[in-house]
Amino acid sequence: MSEMEKTQGTGSAAQKVLVAAGRVLISLFIPFVAFIVLYGGFIFLRDSNAPQGIIAAVAIIWGVGGVALLFWVADWIVNRLPMNTAKKLQPFVFVGPALVILGWYLFLPALRSLYLSFFDARSQEFVGLQNYVFAFTDPKMLESFVNNLMWIILGTGGAVGFGLLIALLADRSKFEKFFKSLVFLPMAISFVGAGVIWRFVYAYKPPGEEQIGLLNALVTFFGGNPQAWFTLRPWNNVFLIIILVWLQTGYAMVIISAALKGIPTTIIEAGRIDGASELKIITGILIPSIFTTLVTVSTTIIIISLKIFDIVFTMTNGNFGTEVIASMQYKQMFRFLHYGRGSAIAIVLVIAVIPVMWYNLKQFSKREGF
Amino acid sequence: MTTEKKKAAKWKLVINLILLLIVIIWTLPTIGLFISSLRPRDQVMNTGWWTAAARGTELTFDNYRQVLAGRGYTFVDSQGNTVRASGDNLTRAFLNSLTVTIPSVIIPILIAAAAAFGFAWLIFPGRKIFFTIVVALLVVPLQIALIPILRDYQSIGLTGTYLAIWLAHTGFGLPLATYLLYNYISTIPRDIFESAFLDGARQMTVFTLLVLPLSVPAIASLAIFQFLWVWNDLLVALVFLGGTEDVAVLTQRLATMVGSRGQDWHLLTAGAFVTMMIPMAVFFGLQRYFVRGLMAGSVKG
Amino acid sequence: MKKVVCLLIIVMIAMTSLTAGGQQQAEPARVVTVFGAFVDEEARRFEEAIRPFEEATGIQIRYEGSPEFETLISVRVEGGNPPDIAALPQPGLMKNFAAGGHLVPMWSSLEQAVDSNYAPVWKELGSYNGTPYGVFHRVNAKSFVWYPKKAWEAEGYEIPTTWDELESLMDQMVANGHTPWAVGMESGGATGWVGTDWIEDIMLRTAGPDLYDQWITNEIPFNHPSVKKAFEILGEIWLDPKYVYGGVNTILTTSFGDAPRPMFQDPPRAWMHRQGNFITGFFPDHIQDNLVEEVGVFPLPGIDPEYGIPILGGGDQFVAFTDSPDVREFMDFLATWESGELWARAGGALFPYLNQDLDAYPNEIERSLAEALVNAEVFRFDASDLMPGPVGAGSFWTGMVDWVGGKSLDAVLNDIQRSWP
Repeated sequence: MSEMEKTQGTGSAAQKVLVAAGRVLISLFIPFVAFIVLYGGFIFLRDSNAPQGIIAAVAIIWGVGGVALLFWVADWIVNRLPMNTAKKLQPFVFVGPALVILGWYLFLPALRSLYLSFFDARSQEFVGLQNYVFAFTDPKMLESFVNNLMWIILGTGGAVGFGLLIALLADRSKFEKFFKSLVFLPMAISFVGAGVIWRFVYAYKPPGEEQIGLLNALVTFFGGNPQAWFTLRPWNNVFLIIILVWLQTGYAMVIISAALKGIPTTIIEAGRIDGASELKIITGILIPSIFTTLVTVSTTIIIISLKIFDIVFTMTNGNFGTEVIASMQYKQMFRFLHYGRGSAIAIVLVIAVIPVMWYNLKQFSKREGF
Repeated sequence: MTTEKKKAAKWKLVINLILLLIVIIWTLPTIGLFISSLRPRDQVMNTGWWTAAARGTELTFDNYRQVLAGRGYTFVDSQGNTVRASGDNLTRAFLNSLTVTIPSVIIPILIAAAAAFGFAWLIFPGRKIFFTIVVALLVVPLQIALIPILRDYQSIGLTGTYLAIWLAHTGFGLPLATYLLYNYISTIPRDIFESAFLDGARQMTVFTLLVLPLSVPAIASLAIFQFLWVWNDLLVALVFLGGTEDVAVLTQRLATMVGSRGQDWHLLTAGAFVTMMIPMAVFFGLQRYFVRGLMAGSVKG
Repeated sequence: MKKVVCLLIIVMIAMTSLTAGGQQQAEPARVVTVFGAFVDEEARRFEEAIRPFEEATGIQIRYEGSPEFETLISVRVEGGNPPDIAALPQPGLMKNFAAGGHLVPMWSSLEQAVDSNYAPVWKELGSYNGTPYGVFHRVNAKSFVWYPKKAWEAEGYEIPTTWDELESLMDQMVANGHTPWAVGMESGGATGWVGTDWIEDIMLRTAGPDLYDQWITNEIPFNHPSVKKAFEILGEIWLDPKYVYGGVNTILTTSFGDAPRPMFQDPPRAWMHRQGNFITGFFPDHIQDNLVEEVGVFPLPGIDPEYGIPILGGGDQFVAFTDSPDVREFMDFLATWESGELWARAGGALFPYLNQDLDAYPNEIERSLAEALVNAEVFRFDASDLMPGPVGAGSFWTGMVDWVGGKSLDAVLNDIQRSWP
């Protein structure tokens, strides 16, 4: 066997070497060309003074094409490697780019924050756990923890609940697109615009004057006294959370609705044929089918509630007992210029999300890949 | 049979009425904003917007004119003459916003879709750890990343370029994009993959020919959110792109229009509707991809 | 698939070749970037005011203004991308950057210009550890009371010149069924500064400038009797519903910009409003159009005659992050009245220059404010801007809100003292 190979091989040894060399060359050449192309585009985009329309067009093609090209080249290279290595490396063609970018843009900065959180305001002296002591003992921080918990429960419950209800109902309506568009509308309004809207809802004028706030106009119309809504503890938190629900229900609705559409119609038909009531179909078939989606939507809205900042900052600045963690973080970091405390509070946010992470990981572990 | 039909029709009516009620509550604040955007500032502060609708007091497009065409100023120049100069219009800012937004939506979605496929269906070392990190990164406030990233950008000369901001939006948008797409892609029935892999299909082929087409509804909804986030973003653009007139995006221009102390906030009412147009168009455009039954193989509205 | 990729590569190479063409345009040689918090109309006025400088020197000043200044300036400086010059609204920011070694100290020509063109207090405000950095340009003066002129004339109210006269005027108003003051302290993420301004004005009038300075550096604690007294004097007005339109709830929830509006209703719902010169921009349009006929203004009267009528103010200081001949030339220019004159003529801005031409201001209101500012025996910068951030932009602001909201004065003052870093 080996002898035969040898004799056959001698004749074409040169050829073989050539082929191998050619392969190596090609293997090097393709990535090289790809690199040149991408780098050229990079330089062009960085330094060019071409008209904006052209830059925009190049940008879009380069950006999108570049990403596609990178994936293709990476896949091409990996497939030229020996089987075993290729098999091991293949998954990283898919997750690699995301991991690299996440590492650069978020993970390393988060590690840096962790490091800075053990230092003083100007990051010069090591202070041990002092910033964490602040984060867990400062009265405003303690107030924030309670408030954020309220945000998480009411905000997530409200947005996911309404989102699910609207998605389920709209699915059965002829005017689905109309209803969904109007619920989605608040998401499209920039936050500054939303701030103005809600000022018109909660505005307060002294009794006897004409109310310009919708809520107080209703209250006085029914004979009540106008209320300064944002000063009413602890209800003012609820008034702020309503804004979040109003904004985020559109998000929950879109995702849930997409999942509902993903349920094979045959399953639902089968349920109907079995004579199940509509309510039974919803609780017995639809909701279990989209359970992972509900977990996903809840997770993201819990995280949005944890990070809630602009609503509180612009509406009450955390006064009247409405302070939240992210607004404390912002103030420490950019207003009081205390990088140590600002970083520590950011880390506290990550710690706070551990239960959510753990639950997601549990769901994740159930999946098996190829 | 007819009673069945009647019952069904009754249910439809109830459903539509409930939806109508919810939608009215949901839209009321926006209607208030819209009517206010058509009123002069002094009236907005003295009477409720609903009275304007009832009384039919004069409505004006003045706020919109100021937002779209730019405001005029009177100057006294160095020779002592009074000069009237008009402000800039929003065309430039509009183009800038599009240039920033489109790649900032497509690039992260492509990368996230690949990663989500990897997490959902491929086995590799560190799979759990990496996934946990992705979820954890969802909560990291992007403010803490601004300074280190800006330092990196400074050292490679990237600050102030469009590339800088696409990459930044990619980085900051990736956790949510990966997480959402993972959720969707992982629910694709296992047997679809099994047959493909048994046939010896390469992973890249499976991804481009099976996963991407099947994920269209999820990609469409994600595209909407990423678009909204980038379109309405102010901070990331200001840090990495800057705020001078040649690169300022729409939100930046509107934010500066209200004046240093916010004295012209009434322009926000009109500005909010101007900025809303494109995201709504994107929503309507992508809504048709939210279709039923892709997975089952039978497309049925 | 492969065809698509090939096509992509070709398109990209084609585009890459465009690079060569794109790079040739030269940047204008002399550009100085300036970053500040003021935007829109004020930014335009600034650009107009410095145009003669640009024309004379050929240096192009590229101003960028942003309402997100607070966040951006720290990020850009720490991130290694500072502007050439920044206009900092808070002295605390200047001190922070100076301590970090980011700022260029004043050079001799600039220091000379500042010495001769400004009152000494401005140089002090721009200094850190004895080294001067900041140049003030446009400033504001806050110790003023605005009133609806025509309504006052009809009622026969007279401008009070002492605190006693002010108090009797307030009681006279109440006797006539009028509410003296319009107050609103809501200001989004900065809610509270309206209250701290009032306290500072009263501190200057009761405790005097020396104690005021010790208060800023915490040489006297925040719960010192003199501070408490200032709160009590303010409380006599603010917490008494008959003196303030709408009472405590209106103070807490009304935006500072909407606060003066009740004065211009018919009949006026309130008769006086204490606020800085910038408030005129918030008056209703028909009032702004006839400002001089509709609105009167007088300085908030003194309380202790020993201290006269002090003026409280604030302002942006320009600091240099990079050192170049062009930056120096522009900073030197900013230290002269010529850099503000055009803006003063256009209206809406006050300047601190000693040698300024008061006739430049377009109306008697602004002229009188500028005069009061330049001639003030005692001028002090906004104390909350000078205190460390966690107090001046933190607990002092929120403490004001808590106190107006009903928290006991001692608890509020102790809390603020405790938050001192």
